[in-house]
Amino acid sequence: MLRGRAFKFGDSISTDHIIPGRYAHLRSNLPELAKHVLEDADPTFVSRVKPGDFIVAGNNFGLGSSREHAPLVIKMAGVKAILAKSVARIFFRNAINLGLPILICDTDKINDGDELEVDLEGGKVKDLTSGQTLTSGKIPEVMLRILEMGGLIPYIQKYGDFRL
Amino acid sequence: MGKTLAEKILSKNSGTDARAGDIVIAEVDLVFAQDTTGPLTVRVFHESGLKRLAKPQKTVLFIDHAVPSPSAALSDDHLLLRHFAKEYGVVISDVGEGVCHQIVIESMAKPGDVIVGADSHTVTSGGIGAFATGMGSSDVAVVMGLGKTWFRVPESIKVEVTGAFQKGVSGKDLILHLVGMLGADGATYKSLEFSGNTVPSMSISQRFTIANMAVECGAKVGLFPADNVARDYLIAQGRPNDYQPIFPDVDAEYEQTIKINAAGLEPTLSKPHTVDNTALVRELTGTKVQQVYIGTCTNGRLEDLAVAASILKGKKCHPGVRLIVAPASRRIMLEALGTNYVQTLIEAGTVLLPPGCGPCLGLHQGVLGKGEVCVSTSNRNFKGRMGNPEAFVYLASPATAAATALTGEITDPREVL
Repeated sequence: MLRGRAFKFGDSISTDHIIPGRYAHLRSNLPELAKHVLEDADPTFVSRVKPGDFIVAGNNFGLGSSREHAPLVIKMAGVKAILAKSVARIFFRNAINLGLPILICDTDKINDGDELEVDLEGGKVKDLTSGQTLTSGKIPEVMLRILEMGGLIPYIQKYGDFRL
Repeated sequence: MGKTLAEKILSKNSGTDARAGDIVIAEVDLVFAQDTTGPLTVRVFHESGLKRLAKPQKTVLFIDHAVPSPSAALSDDHLLLRHFAKEYGVVISDVGEGVCHQIVIESMAKPGDVIVGADSHTVTSGGIGAFATGMGSSDVAVVMGLGKTWFRVPESIKVEVTGAFQKGVSGKDLILHLVGMLGADGATYKSLEFSGNTVPSMSISQRFTIANMAVECGAKVGLFPADNVARDYLIAQGRPNDYQPIFPDVDAEYEQTIKINAAGLEPTLSKPHTVDNTALVRELTGTKVQQVYIGTCTNGRLEDLAVAASILKGKKCHPGVRLIVAPASRRIMLEALGTNYVQTLIEAGTVLLPPGCGPCLGLHQGVLGKGEVCVSTSNRNFKGRMGNPEAFVYLASPATAAATALTGEITDPREVL
């Protein structure tokens, strides 16, 4: 069970919003890169986010580039899970591969700053501020196994191969 | 029940009867990363405990995004890739050879291949009938070690294109129109499969442009059948034996069919700051522009340079416009020199860049100033994309871009052709 605060974003937050191409020279210097997380969507995010918070977004979060640095800098900021109405395909896979959970649910019902309690296994999001409980959609079994292991690398370190 | 192109290719490479919705493990025929995703891929590979590469000669590292390197940090990233390539016997495509997707289609991709690249525009090879898709560094590192990965077999959307394009209208206008119609997430997780009587007469270059932007409506792949046009292209690249025909079955099942009348399309563009924010060029004429960029994996091919040269021949760019042209590969640059397109474009005022990706993602070369407007033939116009969150990027065809360079304001190419 995870507990934290909701950081609300709108629709279509692209990987360029999350970590723009102009910082490509920092991609091998992750602590510096992470200082620019979500800079083009909300320049105050990096100074306000606290470990344990959740990103709560609208439709098509993470569209665009395949850069895994996007979910990586979000994870480095201490974000424990991303809740969105929908998530772009490559970003979804990248986040799970890093052990960063994604829950697909009706985020319109969550307000910025709400206290949330997230039950990953049960796929439930309880908004402690509003009192509402949301249910999240299912993700493929193989992704659940990768997430359980903490990401693709720990999964491969353990099994050495994919197991369906 | 017959199969879609996606189902056919994933069936072949997984050894199963793959159907939409299935999760399969499929052999990957070609895997690659580039210089902004490759360093993380290499680090993850080392961390994974995988000791060997499954297919070193089918593993490629491209140095194409920051070329020639604009900074010491990026030069160090390039060194990391060159060192890894040498140690593991991986193919390296170094500074000046070209944009990864262009090199892949020229020299590597085959119809029916499964291709995975650490770059979202890996979908470009769908133009030749390869199931090619972008993934992140962790997935690509594991593919390098295992030679395979897991896929969810996508549902397919059939895009049936009929009729002939008007003069001044091309595949770029078609795909911008389609992205506008579907929305940036309208085809998420799906395979876009193109058919209809326009396809056999559509050049391979336009097919690559269309497949390249399939990801802009969320699609996993954008696939064309591998017909005689694909065969002729492979012959022209000196790879006749790499051709095999691939077509969807006539009784394949599609999630939906979208019909597009090519003759009814007009020059189209995407307004800032999303690709699906489309409009007709004629609705925006008069918008002042400071930079025009022709190039990228979307529209940096010979046919694109030919269109631009035909519009600018014997003329000069508007004095208020910087026209930047970057052929997508060394091969294209040489062909463009041989046909005099480069000469024509430089005489018109072009700044010629080496093959590479820099301006498209705002990495270097052609970074926009505050409030500036650029018309670009690339595939993305997100806020900040060309290096400045306070600049404005419009996406358009090479014809619209060249017409705009001529007048200094957004111009319908039909007015100057």
